[in-house]
Amino acid sequence: MSAPTEKPTKKQLKADHPTWCPGCGDFAVLASFFNVVQKLGIPHEKIVCVAGIGCSSRFPYFVNTHGIHFIHGRALPLATGISLSRPDLHVFVFGGDGDGYSIGGNHLNHAARKNVNLSYVVMDNQVYGLTKNQTSPTTPIGRRSKTDPRGSIDLPINPMSQLVASGATFIARTHAVQVKHMNEMFERAILHPGFAVVETLSECTMFYPGAFDDGIPRKGGTFDLVDESARDMTSTSEAMALAEETEHAPPGKFGVYLESHRPTKNELENQWLIDAQAKTADLVQKDLLRQRFAAMR
Amino acid sequence: MLFQAQLIHFMSTSTVSSSPAKRKNAVIRLAGYSQDGIQSVGAFLAQLAGSTAQEVMTYMTIPSTISGGPSIFQVHLGSGKVLHPGDEADTLVAFYQDSYDNHLASLKDGGICFYDSDKVEEIKEERGIVHIGVPITTATIEAIGGSAKDRGKNIFVLGMLCAVYQLDRKTISSIIAKKFGGKSEDILRNAMLAFDAGYMWPVHDINHMPMAPGENADENRISTDGNTMLALGLIAGGCRYGAGYPITPWTTIMEQLRSELPKYGGMFIQCEDELAAVSLAIGAAYSGHLAITGSSGPGLALKAEAMGYASMAELPLIVVNIQRGGPSTGMPTSVEQSDLMQAIYGSHGDAPRVVLAPRNVEDCFYTAAEACRIAREYSTPVVILSDQAIATRIEAFSEPDLEKHWVDPVLDLAERDGDFKPYPIDQITRHSPPGSRSAEGKYPVVTGLEHDEWGHPSGNPENHAAMTAKRRNKLIKLAASLPKPDFYGDDGGDILFVGWGSTYGPIHEATDILREAGHKVGSLHIRHIHPLRTDLGEIFKNYTHVVVPEMNDSGVYGMGQLAALLRAVTCDARICSMNKTMGITFRVSEIIDKAHQLLAK
Repeated sequence: MSAPTEKPTKKQLKADHPTWCPGCGDFAVLASFFNVVQKLGIPHEKIVCVAGIGCSSRFPYFVNTHGIHFIHGRALPLATGISLSRPDLHVFVFGGDGDGYSIGGNHLNHAARKNVNLSYVVMDNQVYGLTKNQTSPTTPIGRRSKTDPRGSIDLPINPMSQLVASGATFIARTHAVQVKHMNEMFERAILHPGFAVVETLSECTMFYPGAFDDGIPRKGGTFDLVDESARDMTSTSEAMALAEETEHAPPGKFGVYLESHRPTKNELENQWLIDAQAKTADLVQKDLLRQRFAAMR
Repeated sequence: MLFQAQLIHFMSTSTVSSSPAKRKNAVIRLAGYSQDGIQSVGAFLAQLAGSTAQEVMTYMTIPSTISGGPSIFQVHLGSGKVLHPGDEADTLVAFYQDSYDNHLASLKDGGICFYDSDKVEEIKEERGIVHIGVPITTATIEAIGGSAKDRGKNIFVLGMLCAVYQLDRKTISSIIAKKFGGKSEDILRNAMLAFDAGYMWPVHDINHMPMAPGENADENRISTDGNTMLALGLIAGGCRYGAGYPITPWTTIMEQLRSELPKYGGMFIQCEDELAAVSLAIGAAYSGHLAITGSSGPGLALKAEAMGYASMAELPLIVVNIQRGGPSTGMPTSVEQSDLMQAIYGSHGDAPRVVLAPRNVEDCFYTAAEACRIAREYSTPVVILSDQAIATRIEAFSEPDLEKHWVDPVLDLAERDGDFKPYPIDQITRHSPPGSRSAEGKYPVVTGLEHDEWGHPSGNPENHAAMTAKRRNKLIKLAASLPKPDFYGDDGGDILFVGWGSTYGPIHEATDILREAGHKVGSLHIRHIHPLRTDLGEIFKNYTHVVVPEMNDSGVYGMGQLAALLRAVTCDARICSMNKTMGITFRVSEIIDKAHQLLAK
């Protein structure tokens, strides 16, 4: 293999062939990721793919970049550690609805409110696939699974309204079948400074086939886009209204729900670091600690 | 006038006559409520001792309530060696009736009890105790002015104790000035007024007990608590990134790192929970930094899964556990050593990790620095197992020599060769952190799935066996490189005490006393809890009895946690356990009693 170019090609970004089932929506997400990263020309060694546990969380193995495959539900805090301690890197987090909205649900709220600088793609298939067909936090009421043989009885999470309430600064919704739209959402998420989430409906052909057909026009569904020109993209109340509309009238709207700006956790923490170091610029670190000891005499 | 109103009770005039001999040791217990500021008086005394070549060790209890509740601070001052906070107090200062009632028993026979005669009404005449009533509340109000309310009583008492023990007034004044000088002038003025009023209070005429000059002349002596030294040891060891969640008594480490690390170009993040905290630290470790997280018992349990990941992925990670009384919420402000097994084994699967335990405040620094070195060198999680007693008490000791104990952090982003393997089977893992280029353009995935040498997931049975051995073998390698454990006393004879953590002081002093009485006694203090040195059994053979005093339960099989481990490792059936589960440290006398029981066998 040749030495890496500064800007990797799709071919260079490919790693192992995915172990996903044939027809899985996640293949399209992977292809879209390759497209966007190649287009944006991010230096190869600066890309980090992070994931927790689940089918979609196998993502890092299928991308030839630095990657880390962590434990279930904790991809976001792990990625926060990478993003804050290494601002030179581009941090991508991949995972599913179970990993992100159930076992890792609380971390989503906090990564969002802290506005950690990273991009997060949730491949939502509304079912637990890796463990073979149990109810997930986004499974619709009435849908049967191995853990709900009489049909799901719990109100599903609305990821969009939860993200708005948590303070995420970039929130988008796309569909793995709509490749062009998905490319656009990923690109905007990556370019967004701060916490950017793309809720991506990605079909589990094995356990929940047809789950998102109502968003596929060639299967008789509708793919309605958010009309950004008619909206205040920084308004949380408008984003919340859109989230509720999507919940009550599936398949809902696709596109960017919210795009706002406030200082990132990275910037705020880094400012402290700069201020603290400016005060002690004349000291080598060892002497800084000696100074501390002197105060204890 | 207040002076006329003072109450001085002489219960036994014989003990009041001041002895001309200077005292080498003084144990002072202050008993009041947590809002009375008795902790800061104790801290002032400890700092004074540190800066006047004396030894000191403190002991305190804080109620786990938000504000108020009974609290004590005990200070053991000594001209020579001070190894423990003191079994019995020479002097008790009781601020309230219930403080008096609850702590009179802690005074030794013939000891001196100062009590606030404005608050304490009932005095018990017993054991030749000398009672001296001082209207602490009204005298403080008189000194500072009407608005003082309950504030300043602590500084009044400090002044009084300074006079009684003839401590260095000039030094303590400058310590007070340093503490309060940064605040408003009024606060400093009031503090000095209260101090002077206490100092001038005519109790020392009848009862002065001058301390002998300190024997630890070293201009670089500092005094502080264990959590502070642990935090600073991590900084000296090159740790710059970390994350945590508040829990007593760990919290003061995270507070200090949060404020200190930015000065050193690092960062400490407060997280939403323990799981996030350990994950964030692992994220920083993966990024090429040495990272730290920490907690107390219940929080360590929550971190257990991610610690298993750090073992599997072979990442350098420091995990601090400040033990407290457990299980569950237990006794959050009391001491216990009941997390040893959790520290070594608390995860899932075969997840080897290193466990170190500091023996006192000073040792917190060196243990933390060593933990940093081991974590880096062996690319492994390292648990630092401290406890509430060490964490919160104050000691005086020589400032660490940073020429010997400073490590600059290194972020190695060098380009990796084409044959780079993150998990070479016969070598210790050296990761290629993100940002480092690969000569061949092939980038690694760090993973918690069982993997082959290149990090690819693998379910191959032989591979799992080989990788499990790889992760275990680096601890065996570490065990072989460990120094001989800290040893004290006779290298053979009647009794060997084996201790770990904060039992060091009482065991050490008990060893001294037993040896003075003619017994052949040794004590071994183990810092490297896991892995253990493999030759401990050889040392044990030189003694008739091997006793392991631990602040944990004897369990179903009659063995404390370290005792059980030592039995398993050495197969030495003579190892016996000595346990205490009262949430307080061992008294020297308890250890001596145990020794006498064994010697009588």
